[in-house]
Amino acid sequence: MSATLTERLAAARESGDPNAMAEAIPYARFLHITAALDGDDLVSCMNYSPHIIGNPILPAIHGGTIGGLLETAAILKLLWMQETLRIPKTITITVDYLRSAGPKDTYARAGVTKLGARVANVRVFAWQDDPARPVAGANANFMLSPG
Amino acid sequence: MAEDPVTPPRPGSKGNPDGKPPTTEEMIKLISGSTPHSRELGLEVVHSARGMAIMRLPWHERLVGNPDELVLHGGVVTTLLDSVCGMATMSARQPPERIVTLDLRIDYQRPATPRLDLFARAEVTKMTRTIAFLSAVAYQDDPKDTVALATGTFMFVGSRKKKGGPDVDRGAGGKKPA
Repeated sequence: MSATLTERLAAARESGDPNAMAEAIPYARFLHITAALDGDDLVSCMNYSPHIIGNPILPAIHGGTIGGLLETAAILKLLWMQETLRIPKTITITVDYLRSAGPKDTYARAGVTKLGARVANVRVFAWQDDPARPVAGANANFMLSPG
Repeated sequence: MAEDPVTPPRPGSKGNPDGKPPTTEEMIKLISGSTPHSRELGLEVVHSARGMAIMRLPWHERLVGNPDELVLHGGVVTTLLDSVCGMATMSARQPPERIVTLDLRIDYQRPATPRLDLFARAEVTKMTRTIAFLSAVAYQDDPKDTVALATGTFMFVGSRKKKGGPDVDRGAGGKKPA
């Protein structure tokens, strides 16, 4: 892997494959996060694997990994729509936990509320079986330019 | 709601057939050793007292969000802060009760320095019958040079929610619903 991150992200965009962007981020690979296009929109998926379990009694996925999925989905969405190919830096993120997340695939979709020159505000939701029954949501601000 | 990773098995549940409430030592063991995700990360409880906790996350390359700069991904910081807040909440009540995270806000103050462990310290700032409010910080070698600040809200859930019924809360002195 001699290519820089920017080169890998550029290649991903050129090939029209958002999943190649997810694969360029080590932590996204660690959580088995993949990305695909649903029409024009990007949907991220944290593919279930036993190492993301946080409560083995229920069982339930660790809330921290859900936060990781939401943040990653927001970052991938910004990378996909932005001109620049720098990974946005998270300034603030607020995660609302709405339901227990069971041991299965978890999806996330991000909506960019405002894309400024330096800062972007993004809202993200995660769900398992039914998008109308989200397991968690987040609101986040990202720094786009180096700062 | 996200089931908190630090919640020990309730008395009489499958994970705790003796029916005894777990001791603080057992709780620590559970949190640091027996949940698959914290084991995978190598999360460790450094210190725990009533209503506060300190945890450590060892640095690892696979937890990086930006491979060019080797900066930890925010999701890992979220996981550490959620865990340490949960641990502090758990230790605020005796016997320990099941808890869930309601929300967690994180303010990033600087990128984490590559190859250094990340620590987090959380404390309960206010507790009502059902809700605990927490304040937490994440740092590396210097506790004053914070990587992130966090504010968390957790809920005590004394018993599993019954299907079709309201949330059963036995938080205040083990009172059963009428």
